[in-house]
Amino acid sequence: MALSIVHRATGVALYFGTLLLAWWLIAAASGPTAYANVQAFTGSAIGRLIVFGYTWALMHHLCSGIRHFVWDLGYGFKANEREALTWGALVAGIVLTVLVWIIAYAVGGGR
Amino acid sequence: MSGPSSMRTPLERVRGLGSAHTGTGDFWRQRLTAVAMTLLIVPVIVVVIMLIGRNHAGAAQILGSIPIAIILLLFIVASTWHMKIGMQVVFEDYIHNEKLKIACVMANNFFCVAVALASIYAILKLSSGV
Repeated sequence: MALSIVHRATGVALYFGTLLLAWWLIAAASGPTAYANVQAFTGSAIGRLIVFGYTWALMHHLCSGIRHFVWDLGYGFKANEREALTWGALVAGIVLTVLVWIIAYAVGGGR
Repeated sequence: MSGPSSMRTPLERVRGLGSAHTGTGDFWRQRLTAVAMTLLIVPVIVVVIMLIGRNHAGAAQILGSIPIAIILLLFIVASTWHMKIGMQVVFEDYIHNEKLKIACVMANNFFCVAVALASIYAILKLSSGV
């Protein structure tokens, strides 16, 4: 498994994805028109896809990062442990992404 | 410079080594900000979900509340610092032209500071309610 490059790639994606977060905060501070523009974008099909991708990149980078914490603490270096941590991070990242979106739709979908 | 008769301590001799010439400082701060974000991620996601589907007035009211503003400020500082260090490592690994590398590292610093300050300014403005 070569997942360390995915950790790096999701990191780079999040780097540019932060622009979306900054745009959203600046729009909220600017006023109703600017905020409506952000909502129109995040509500569109491409916007939803980007936010979904951002969510996955964030969740994967988080889980993969926790895997690095385990290694930093000196554990999990055996071959089978490395495999388990890597697959665990991959699966947990996908599960958390889906979970966050289910909660988001359940809570915010009715508004 | 640092032979057997040097008066410099072992620590002083290794300080500032590494590709970034800052020793292990960035390594430590990368992990410090990572742990901070691991702790902050759940409250941040809760805040974002609270805002889904709300109009500007509702969103501005939530974002301007003191605990939420503090959570977001902490997350912005940790994330922009983390991404500044992370992207610098990427540049140092892949760009072998020294001048281009310095230009990219500089641009990286400008980008991260700009994103951080713009976001912080927005939150402070929402908090002050003007």
